[in-house]
Amino acid sequence: MEYHLLLLSDRYPMYRFILKRLFLLLPVLLGVSLLVFAIMSFTPGDPAQLILGESAPAEAVAELREEMGLNDPFIVRYASFVGNAITGDLGRSYSTGREVFGEIASRFPNTLTLATLGVLIAIVIGVPVGIISATRQYSLIDSSSMVVALLGVSMPNFWLGLMLILVFSVNLGWLPSGGFSDWSSVILPALTLGTGSAAIITRMTRSSMLEVIRQDYIRTARAKGVAENVVINRHALKNALIPVITVIGLQFGYLLGGAVLTETVYSWPGVGRMMVDAIRQKDTPTVLGTVVFLAAAFSLVNLAVDILYGFIDPRIKSQYK
Amino acid sequence: MSQQITADTLPEAVLEATRSAPKKRSQWLEVWQHLKRNKMAMFGLVILSLVVFAAVFADLIADYETVVIAQNLSDRLQGPSAQYWMGTDEFGRDIFARMIHGTRVSLMVGVLSVAIAIMIGGTLGAVAGYYGGRLDNIIMRVMDIFLAVPSILLAIAIVSALGANLINLMLAIAVSSIPSYARVVRASVLSLRDQEFIEAARAIGASDTRIIFRHIVPNALAPVIVQGALGVATAILSTAGLSFIGLGIQPPEPEWGAMLAGGRQYLRHAWHVTTFPGLAIMITILALNLLGDGLRDALDPRLKH
Repeated sequence: MEYHLLLLSDRYPMYRFILKRLFLLLPVLLGVSLLVFAIMSFTPGDPAQLILGESAPAEAVAELREEMGLNDPFIVRYASFVGNAITGDLGRSYSTGREVFGEIASRFPNTLTLATLGVLIAIVIGVPVGIISATRQYSLIDSSSMVVALLGVSMPNFWLGLMLILVFSVNLGWLPSGGFSDWSSVILPALTLGTGSAAIITRMTRSSMLEVIRQDYIRTARAKGVAENVVINRHALKNALIPVITVIGLQFGYLLGGAVLTETVYSWPGVGRMMVDAIRQKDTPTVLGTVVFLAAAFSLVNLAVDILYGFIDPRIKSQYK
Repeated sequence: MSQQITADTLPEAVLEATRSAPKKRSQWLEVWQHLKRNKMAMFGLVILSLVVFAAVFADLIADYETVVIAQNLSDRLQGPSAQYWMGTDEFGRDIFARMIHGTRVSLMVGVLSVAIAIMIGGTLGAVAGYYGGRLDNIIMRVMDIFLAVPSILLAIAIVSALGANLINLMLAIAVSSIPSYARVVRASVLSLRDQEFIEAARAIGASDTRIIFRHIVPNALAPVIVQGALGVATAILSTAGLSFIGLGIQPPEPEWGAMLAGGRQYLRHAWHVTTFPGLAIMITILALNLLGDGLRDALDPRLKH
């Protein structure tokens, strides 16, 4: 049997599952682009006029409209957008004239850095605090960390960003308030982005840990005299972390796709801020390109989380069909 | 014994039993009793009541035309004082008064957008779950497409295309949260669909519409209520976020996110302009989260004991 057919056979349900999910991603991405393309076509204003300026002669505007294919029916315009997008061509920015894809590609590493650091901060805070809270349920540490986590979930992150700027760059002068110069400029945005996720991960770790601790096999371990720290670290943690890893993965996807406000607060040169700037300038190709790109990144991360889930939890693997 | 069973032919004892059977309301009474014991949820409810109170009586607390939107440049960017409890903004307007009036926009957008999302998402989810098969597949795949875009991105795209105003803002936030309600309702409809009381309703000839709206929807309500309470919180956050980047409520109308954005460039000299509206958002969201968590505990029979 040929190798690729082997992958699809019943002997490798995991690969088959991954291929199937990757395949299912295509209609979703097509749908997303259609959705955003349709929304964007409602945008009032003539792009040709926008590019040439208010004072441009009517003939020139009409000529450019024809050249850009703006007079074509919706479905034709959408088809050509998809056709170009597949080859990595997302059109040119109305305001800068540069390739949208190139611009996204040059900015994406910044967004990725921020999301990665944000998630790392969230894990470093969230997982230990969640475990400690669960092992000392209803203690002072537990209640106070739950209150802090609740505040973290309730805080708008753009406001937290401004407050951190107020304290650490305006009052203390320790860190830059925005832009992208050296490593110190990444600290505040990453903290801002990570706080909400840290709160969510803390809550998830705590509740998952509490659920596991109550199970019989933990009681068995304790009954046969296993030391408490071994019970927690070896027996309970492994199972408790399975749903936490899912949440971490989903948070990563969310930070990647939803860091728009944080990037705006800190003037961070990422894809999110590129989108907000493009909206202000009514730069439709850029808005379209960034939304579709971020949605694709978000979907891919979610897919990766699903697959990872199967690797760490053998019970799920048997469900792949 | 081909006699039809009607109320007249039933033995008196059976009728008596139906009359004295516990009323349906008692279920909600029980939830309330449970909720009342949850101190955090009650704390949330009290704060939320204060916010609603502020929204209802905003005009008595501060006049809209003369205090909330009228500029008073001689008093601009003043710190908190006896006259201005939370100081003044860049146009010399009383931040406290604007914050109080800001509750109106936030609550209205929050509640209405969630209501729209529940109506559309709930109907789609109920139809998908009840009929199943191809229809279910089509509806849920479309929902997957919506879920593939982070909701704030979707809302931004919609508002930027349709134009920034109150109605479009509500629509955008509603549309971006439709899929989550569709999922929740579909899941509970699926679990209800094959239960005996539904079968019984179908056996006595109830129409699909009647079964969905009279029997399934009331029983599927609990998770929707929890999701709704948390959804209002998310909607208020999204409103503030969109206004913050200039895509929501437009000045001079007071909205917390827009107020924050206005104070951003004065952060260095006037901390209070950005600090207080943010606190207002945080406290309102906190109250909704506490109440939502409490409702979940009260409504989830699994956690009841």
